[in-house]
Amino acid sequence: MKTITIVSGKGGTGKTSIVSSFASLASPTALADCDVDAADLHLVLHPQIKKSNPFSGAKVAEIDMDKCLSCDLCRNLCRFDAIDIVNMSYKVDHIACEGCGVCVWFCPEQAIEMVDEPSGEWYISETSYGPMVHAKLGIAAENSGRLVTIVRNFARGIAETRDMEYMFVDGSPGIGCPVIASITGVDFALIVTEPTLSGQHDMERISELTAHFNIPTRVCINKWDINVEITKKIEEWGERTGNKIIGKVRFDNIVTESMVQGLPVVEYSKNGVSEDIELLWSNLQEELK
Amino acid sequence: MKIAIASGKGGTGKTTVAVNLALVLASKELLTSYCDCDVEAPNGHIFLKPDIEYRHTVSIPAPKVNMDLCDGCRACSDICRFSAIVVLKGEVLTYPELCHGCGGCRMVCSPNAIEEVDRAIGTVIVGNTNQLLYVAGRLNIGEASAVPLIRKVKSELPENGFSIIDAPPGTSCPVIETMRGVDYVLLVTEPTPFGLNDLRLAVETVRKLDLPFSVIINRSDIGNDDVEMYCGVEGIEVIARIPYSREIAEAYSRGDMLINHIPNQIELYSVLSDRLLEHVSSRVAV
Repeated sequence: MKTITIVSGKGGTGKTSIVSSFASLASPTALADCDVDAADLHLVLHPQIKKSNPFSGAKVAEIDMDKCLSCDLCRNLCRFDAIDIVNMSYKVDHIACEGCGVCVWFCPEQAIEMVDEPSGEWYISETSYGPMVHAKLGIAAENSGRLVTIVRNFARGIAETRDMEYMFVDGSPGIGCPVIASITGVDFALIVTEPTLSGQHDMERISELTAHFNIPTRVCINKWDINVEITKKIEEWGERTGNKIIGKVRFDNIVTESMVQGLPVVEYSKNGVSEDIELLWSNLQEELK
Repeated sequence: MKIAIASGKGGTGKTTVAVNLALVLASKELLTSYCDCDVEAPNGHIFLKPDIEYRHTVSIPAPKVNMDLCDGCRACSDICRFSAIVVLKGEVLTYPELCHGCGGCRMVCSPNAIEEVDRAIGTVIVGNTNQLLYVAGRLNIGEASAVPLIRKVKSELPENGFSIIDAPPGTSCPVIETMRGVDYVLLVTEPTPFGLNDLRLAVETVRKLDLPFSVIINRSDIGNDDVEMYCGVEGIEVIARIPYSREIAEAYSRGDMLINHIPNQIELYSVLSDRLLEHVSSRVAV
């Protein structure tokens, strides 16, 4: 089985639209929505949730005021300014708390313990294109990287059991922990970029990240006709750096229309954009051989 | 006065709004800063083209063990919840990239065998352009956590005047760190199912942080009416609507400032900045 993670650096370049079309073209296939911060793939693929699982990403400190003698040691030791005095009582700021447990270790009264912070849910689902694992990170929750790892690993497990040929991982924007978790151990990264200076800048950063982790990387230029000149520059860059450009998808409002209809664009329309994505998929299959 | 521009979904136009709004405020002779907290994928410089005054490296502490002093007690690996320091067959191994810099290992080491050394995670960049102070962060490639860098970037902002803070997309730690301590949040969205889904998450986040906010609908004439309806039902103010135009998309692609290149945009951002000033000044008065 081949696992392909779709990344971009910059947000809003069209990762999810491309992944949902791949799901349709490669069906049956396994899917993992690793953009756990702002998951959108379900809006197009309409998964039926078979099992939901709680996720406690982080532990946070909790102070038992019945035991606390207000010695102030915890507040002095905390490097994250996570312990406040509110109305003469010690309180942990759950958002600031990194869960390091230094306060627990040193509290002379054993008044502090680490408790699970419920920080989301993840789901094993079925779509008409194949199994899908996805998640919803709790609001203001930490540890999205660990949740991404759970989603990716479970999707892989299901895909292997069912002997699937491909698995697609929808990544999140940026280059930080959830992105690193979404490309760890995968066979291939496909960067979806757009011909804007921002898109190009962030594409270069994400390509440095995939190179850092030795992941073979290919590039697709979405909305390529928005700026033909920059598209050309990206193609030259791809040539120069060995990040092969394997597809160009034209700009068309039909992509938004298909999203409103809740359909992968390749199912909503047969021309133009859909032909570009079909060609991209067949090129990608060639690359994966 | 700190105003964060955030979104949930990526690519809705945060940076476009932030740079144009910041420049309009600066042109009104208000002391203004633009602050790029999207340290994973910073783009503000592409539009503002600032003159850089200085850069400095941001580091977080990581443990360094002096094995001559270590008595093999394992307290360091016992306290570390991030597996950043482990004792294996009398050898102390450290994994700096997993270290959160809490200092616990050094605190528990009774023979004082552990010192903390700086580990670079990124760069803070400070400059200026057109009467505007420019502050940005750039996370090093392969670095997982943007949070300590964002904290440092924000610490460069002046206390007075206006700071327009460009947030990363999403709703997790880097976004929370960006929004902590700001006075107001503008959420930029687009009227599509993805835009709405991620706007809801962003709204929940801002509400959890108890911050005043309003919404900007970018590309307001694409998609459907669901974002408008959602804002209506939730009683959320839509402070601006920016219609789609190919001209804007092309100017954006070239890194042009919309207010300098597209005639109706200067008025749009001027009206937006006036409305925003009314909101934030009334809050200060209260």
